[in-house]
Amino acid sequence: MYMKTRKRIDTIFTEIILIIISLIVFAPLLLAITISFQTPDSVFSYPPKLFPTTFYFNNYINAFKAIPFARLLLNSAIIAVAITFGKVISGILAGYAFANFKFFGKRFTFAFLFATLFLPAETIMIVPLFLIMNQLGWVNTYWALTIPFMASATNAFLFRQHFQTFPAELEDAAKIDGAGPMKYFLKILLPLSKSMIAGVVIINFVYSWNMYLWPMIVSMEDKMKTVQVGVKMLISGEGTNNWGVIMAGTLIAVLPTVIVFLSLQNLFVKSLVRSGVKG
Amino acid sequence: MRKLLPYLLLIPTFFVIISFIYIPAFNSFKMSFFRENKFGTKTIYVGLDNFKKVLFDPEYLQIAGFTLLYVGLTVLITIFLAFLLALLLNKNVPGTYIYRALIFIPYAVSPAIAGSLWTFLLDPVAGHVNYFFTNIFGTQIAWLTTRPYAFYALLFATVWKMIPFSLIFYIAGLQSISNDLLESATLDGANAFTKTWKIKFPLVSPITFYLVIMNIINAMFKSFAIIDVMTKGGPGGYTSTMMYKVYLDAFSYQKTGPASAQSVVMFMIMAIVTVVYFVYGERHVHYG
Repeated sequence: MYMKTRKRIDTIFTEIILIIISLIVFAPLLLAITISFQTPDSVFSYPPKLFPTTFYFNNYINAFKAIPFARLLLNSAIIAVAITFGKVISGILAGYAFANFKFFGKRFTFAFLFATLFLPAETIMIVPLFLIMNQLGWVNTYWALTIPFMASATNAFLFRQHFQTFPAELEDAAKIDGAGPMKYFLKILLPLSKSMIAGVVIINFVYSWNMYLWPMIVSMEDKMKTVQVGVKMLISGEGTNNWGVIMAGTLIAVLPTVIVFLSLQNLFVKSLVRSGVKG
Repeated sequence: MRKLLPYLLLIPTFFVIISFIYIPAFNSFKMSFFRENKFGTKTIYVGLDNFKKVLFDPEYLQIAGFTLLYVGLTVLITIFLAFLLALLLNKNVPGTYIYRALIFIPYAVSPAIAGSLWTFLLDPVAGHVNYFFTNIFGTQIAWLTTRPYAFYALLFATVWKMIPFSLIFYIAGLQSISNDLLESATLDGANAFTKTWKIKFPLVSPITFYLVIMNIINAMFKSFAIIDVMTKGGPGGYTSTMMYKVYLDAFSYQKTGPASAQSVVMFMIMAIVTVVYFVYGERHVHYG
């Protein structure tokens, strides 16, 4: 009896703490939604509103007028899709090479790739990378925003680890049936890796949609900027007196990743955990 | 064909990392030994001058100190809170699925947007945080423009943004601890506190180690956007980190030599982190 009551109290206590924490964590987005529907003169109402009291959609329209938002969204989408596509494909290929082949220089190439794990190119390398882009004439183009990020050690390792979970007998059996290494790869390994690929796609999409520093310095013209940079343009352009418009813009910019994340959360979580710890 | 194939498969990845990581890294080293003359028409070899200037510059040392404080505190707080939250979420009380979804959301929010959201919340006039603060403590604070509050503001936003990543790993780690182990500990008379800190926490230490490294990288580099949106390194350079300084020197003041020297300093720090990772982490934590 005693244990049971204790357990119940424990559950209620946990429940209350979790509700409070969830609300605190979600509050920034909730309050942003609230303010994005307030009319300009009710933004500064006192006390500040917790839930929308008006449904003023003009903030969203004005966000599109204040900066070239449609173009920025298009740019972000192009960049995120291109990077994700490139990163996943290069990662699958490299992962297959490391997982299923013995070749001269394997240890060296692996270490060479591993070392880049700790050098996030889009930040630490900005100065020399920018000069290279300048020489190539890639400044203010999609090339500079996508090509340098189309491969990563993380993706290669992720797929290597994944392909290693397939037993060697599977490849042997395919060989007996006359399938070469490419046929085995395309017809057997890839179809069996769908959920893994989907998980990595989400991780890569969120990563590239959310890039900030590099797109900011390499796209100087407004028409090449991304939504992340657009959010900063809104804040500095609108001053701090037009929070309705700024939060409307911020919410538009965050919507794609939040939707992808919420709808595919389990897949995402599983792949993310696999990226770090052997389980 | 089978002999050649692995090399062909590696071409895309190696093309990218050589062209856009190794070559720039090499250039960075090279550039750190040069400086442009006043009119930007010539580059002059200056030896270790850029490094001396950087490392003996009191302003840079102040920035390095702030970076250490900022990275250290955000990583510590994030890891601690994420672990506690993971314990709560692993109790699987009714509704856990919803709590998890809500608490994970900041993972999908970019640092720039985290900065934007918190800039609004902390706004002295329109923000909700200030409203509650004024009612509880009776003072109104200009969070983003005064010391030391600008620092606290960055801590809130950064920790908020970073917690879900660590949380996801801790939840997975705690789930893999066997129930038998915890039950036998209960039979031996271990209370909840002992079980948490003497059994669970040590068992997830490989994860903690991995998370410390990843969070250091995030706080050092990716939090740039939070700082740029919220404080722009101010007031008066108070919240500038090493990464922010590289950006300012290279792209606002066009001092590529000193900026490269600073990049090299950050390389060195990351090299130390990498060595630590290999020496202490290889046995338990695996990337591949």
